[in-house]
Amino acid sequence: MMCSLALFPPPLSGDGETSQYNESNTDPSVWFEDSPALNLYFPRESLKPHSRQESSSKSAFRDHCETLYTRSAGAWRDAGLSGLLNEIANSSAEVPKWLGVSSSCVLALLRWVSSFHSSLFPHLTLSSEEMTAEFSQVLDWSDCAVRSFAWHPHTQKCAVALSDDSIKIYNPKSATTPTLKHRLQRSVAALQWKPLCASALAVACHNCLLVWHVDPTSLSTRPSSGCAQVLSHPGHSPVTSVAWSPNGPLLVSASPRDTAMLVWDVAVESCVPLHRVGGGGVTYLSWSPDGSRVLAATPSSLFRVWETRMWTCERWPSLKGRCQSGCWSPDGSRLLFSVQGETVIYALTFTDNPGVPLMMSGGPKAATVVADLSETTLNTPDGDIMVGGEIQSLVWDPRGERLAVHVKGDAGAGRPAMIAVFKTQISPAFKLLPCGFVQGEAGTEPRLMQFNPNYQHGAQLTVCWSNGKITHVPFCFMSAGNPQPGLGGSPSLPLTQGRPADYNNQTLYTELIS
Amino acid sequence: MAWSVLLLLPTTALFVLLSRFSLFHPILWISECLSLLTSASAIFSFILLCGVVLMVGFFNLEYYTVVPSIACSKIALLGQVLHPRQFVHSLVHCIMGVVVAWCCAFTIGGRYRSLGHPCTQDESSGPEMCLNEYHLVLLLVGAFIGYSHSLVGVVYNMNYVSFHTMQQYKYLRFKGALPLVVKASAVQALYCLRTFLLLYFFMGYAPRAWICKTLDLNINSSIHSLDSVSSLLDLSLLYHLWISGTFLLLTWYITVLLFRIFVTEVYSFPVQSTFTEDAHQCLPKVITGTQPMILKFLALQDLALLSQHSPSRRLEVFSLSQPGGHPHIWTALSKECLSLLSDLTERLVAHHDTVATNGRAKSQSTGVCKSCKNTPLTPSIPPVTSVGMEDMKTPRPGALIRTPGSVFLRSSVGAGLRTPLTIPFTPDLDSPFSSPALRRLTGPLEPQGALSPGFSSIQSPHVMRRGPKLWSASTGEGQPRGHTRLVLPMDYFLTHCFVSLQLPEASSQALFADSQVHIWALQGLSHLVAASFSEDQYGIVQTTLPTILSTLLLLQEAVDRHFKLPHTSSKPGHCSCSMGDDSYKTLRFALRSTLKTSVYRITATFGGHLQ
Repeated sequence: MMCSLALFPPPLSGDGETSQYNESNTDPSVWFEDSPALNLYFPRESLKPHSRQESSSKSAFRDHCETLYTRSAGAWRDAGLSGLLNEIANSSAEVPKWLGVSSSCVLALLRWVSSFHSSLFPHLTLSSEEMTAEFSQVLDWSDCAVRSFAWHPHTQKCAVALSDDSIKIYNPKSATTPTLKHRLQRSVAALQWKPLCASALAVACHNCLLVWHVDPTSLSTRPSSGCAQVLSHPGHSPVTSVAWSPNGPLLVSASPRDTAMLVWDVAVESCVPLHRVGGGGVTYLSWSPDGSRVLAATPSSLFRVWETRMWTCERWPSLKGRCQSGCWSPDGSRLLFSVQGETVIYALTFTDNPGVPLMMSGGPKAATVVADLSETTLNTPDGDIMVGGEIQSLVWDPRGERLAVHVKGDAGAGRPAMIAVFKTQISPAFKLLPCGFVQGEAGTEPRLMQFNPNYQHGAQLTVCWSNGKITHVPFCFMSAGNPQPGLGGSPSLPLTQGRPADYNNQTLYTELIS
Repeated sequence: MAWSVLLLLPTTALFVLLSRFSLFHPILWISECLSLLTSASAIFSFILLCGVVLMVGFFNLEYYTVVPSIACSKIALLGQVLHPRQFVHSLVHCIMGVVVAWCCAFTIGGRYRSLGHPCTQDESSGPEMCLNEYHLVLLLVGAFIGYSHSLVGVVYNMNYVSFHTMQQYKYLRFKGALPLVVKASAVQALYCLRTFLLLYFFMGYAPRAWICKTLDLNINSSIHSLDSVSSLLDLSLLYHLWISGTFLLLTWYITVLLFRIFVTEVYSFPVQSTFTEDAHQCLPKVITGTQPMILKFLALQDLALLSQHSPSRRLEVFSLSQPGGHPHIWTALSKECLSLLSDLTERLVAHHDTVATNGRAKSQSTGVCKSCKNTPLTPSIPPVTSVGMEDMKTPRPGALIRTPGSVFLRSSVGAGLRTPLTIPFTPDLDSPFSSPALRRLTGPLEPQGALSPGFSSIQSPHVMRRGPKLWSASTGEGQPRGHTRLVLPMDYFLTHCFVSLQLPEASSQALFADSQVHIWALQGLSHLVAASFSEDQYGIVQTTLPTILSTLLLLQEAVDRHFKLPHTSSKPGHCSCSMGDDSYKTLRFALRSTLKTSVYRITATFGGHLQ
């Protein structure tokens, strides 16, 4: 059973209707019971990015002559061995000749070796910022006002990382919006709230991990940097992905430069590196909601699925490209992933009951293609439009009923980036049905999306747009697993009729049973 | 144990290769090493090394502990170092260090080969045996490193075996820890060597003369003695000393590492057994037992893991007994976990109370002073103020330590001077406040004995034995009140010397020294309760749910209060990179976060049903 975009209802033509979420949403109680809606807007102009460079404090001081020894010590501290050698080779006037020559020789040798290394793993030639942009789940990360977004797993609270390296926490129930700033908090690539905790927020930064403890009852708008735990490990930068274990104190972090995935015990600030040969780094991590497995994607055509009891892993090599994104079904039995350069969604099914066997015996033998999002033309009243393309990210709502797929598109070829939404059914059989598209205002494209885990009436997709707006798209439906008694109406079969989400956008979510 | 002996083989081979390393004759080097490795003498020294490793393993087994003994002051640390048990440990390690160094010297050969060498000093007396100082230095390095290994082991609690949050297979764990071990042993050998060379430079003549005397060897006056700067800075000598030291430490550390990995391996206890003769091996029985500690730890670890990962074993926990229909297993497990947790709560509350009453007694004393002004007994102020000045003169590390000091001071002055002027203080001494205050004073120095009766059962024996001895002059806890009155102002200064030697944060660490048990109990309980929402068919968990919740919340309150105390830092410090496992220092943070998570887990699972 394969699902393709051709089966989708065409998106609405015109731009007015699809932007309704933001402006004509006069009744916010539909989305948040009795709290103001968290429709946020961050115009890019209001955010001044940091002009600060890596060691910019240098420029603030006058140059003065230091002895070679001091400079070498500084170089060793700042940039390690290669910095030291560079310093010695550059100051050939002051050092004995043999030392200068030998250090330039060693430097050349090092460069040659590292070039060999980076020819194996081309991503190592990227700078840290480029690397974060390349491997982030956000489309066009470096240009985006909203760098990352995270819903709290238990309350209506969200954290937004902005391009000026600050994080704001919005809670509709309180008037204060704490702004988190830290000296080390640069180029935030990912955010995640700790499950089973009110206040801990993990932030993947440029060269460390920060775990903020933001007391929800505190009235302070600028928590001091003393509230943040700094977790750093040599060679582990930039951090591009973090994932909390859903039921425990563990946090895993990944860096494309570090071949090891780090498993942190955050409370005691200790980490266990998990090294495996191959891959050249770890780019993206996703912990299954039942806590039994972790997906770890690498920059090369290989990804691993770790089993979290004894921390053994299963290798999945021989992809066409690197694994770009992945998401787990709520019961942890199914993994959907997309591959860079391909337009299909693959599925892996893990049949074993996690925990009982020690070995990963029940793992699947091959991935199956479940959906094809290659370019198609859809007929709309305004003419044909092209949709489809490579997949940027995948998110599955916490009940397992909706799957949102962020399609990269190609602006040059007239295919805008958009979000395609599928209806899914996990039991008794895995089903994927087309649902619709989510579009923003004219000229905007989605950059980032996440499902709100606390939405009572179905699923709610939060989308960050390229113009800096954050909107929430609700999908109201009856869940088969636990029907909501308060919603009214008899609990019908979940997939037969989805309730229209917005009265203006009825056609957007009309059913089309394939 | 067998593994560490097997691993000795490659390590020794590597050592041989490295010790005879010569850059310019690679082929000669390799062939020499191969011939050496296959010779009979090499096999003999290898057997000797095996014996040493077995001995080290035996000592690990004998001395290991799952609850670290934390010395709260430098005096206590000194007491630990001088304890007879520790003395035996040091002595044996010293001897084993010599043995390993002898093997090293034998393997390196050349000028290190034997202790004596023939030399002709006088033309008249003919050939005699002279002392080979290189050999001696190598042996002494071995002895020194062996002793310092034992010493450092005490200071950094190397005998403490910690359990890991992440379960990994033994091989992977070993592979992950091996680079760290190699690095730690190399660095440690370097530091030891530095200290040793300094020692030898200043005091090297003493062992040399002694050896010469006992073994009737002569000192070759034609060769320079080694305790000069130029001869000690001989690069080849330094390299050989360092590589031998690294080899010695590496083999021992690998033994320690393997021991730790094997002893902390997850053992799966049966939840219930069909036969009554196996009943003592079942989880409920093992968990409630107290001896040996390691079994209780393993059982609790197993409980925490089964509650998370194993639905089938959870079902057994939730099952009813066949005739009778009683939930015996769940009752036993939950009761034990709850008693552990409430034990910790009591301990924390007691600790907090001593601190709190301390502060109250102090404020009351100043209150007394103020009221004194209005009473005819105004002259009682001068002793207090003079004492306050002494108080200020004495350097003390922190505000907390000031409080016990001044309280002690007050009572000692009140009791010691026994002038009519101090009458207002004397009733205070007999008041209920004074006894916890005094207890508090002894608390930081021997908190394991003083904190709670439950704690004393798990402390290591030597600390307990040492306690009263150290404090016999002042107030031991179990001593009669009359003893207090004998305290002289002289002791007060001594006390202050001791108190100023107190290690920061140690009392807090000691309080949570065995918290790994509580962490597992919390994890096990909360996961079981969360799972019972869907898996408990008979509703047996619901009956204990209120107790569990109230216990958790009480503990939460106590832990929160503890972390608000001034001397407890709220963040874990960074660990040093050495072989000593200092995860016990951060156990309290792990406990705090686990506690929070457990409460959230239960409330998130049951949600509105709790109301």
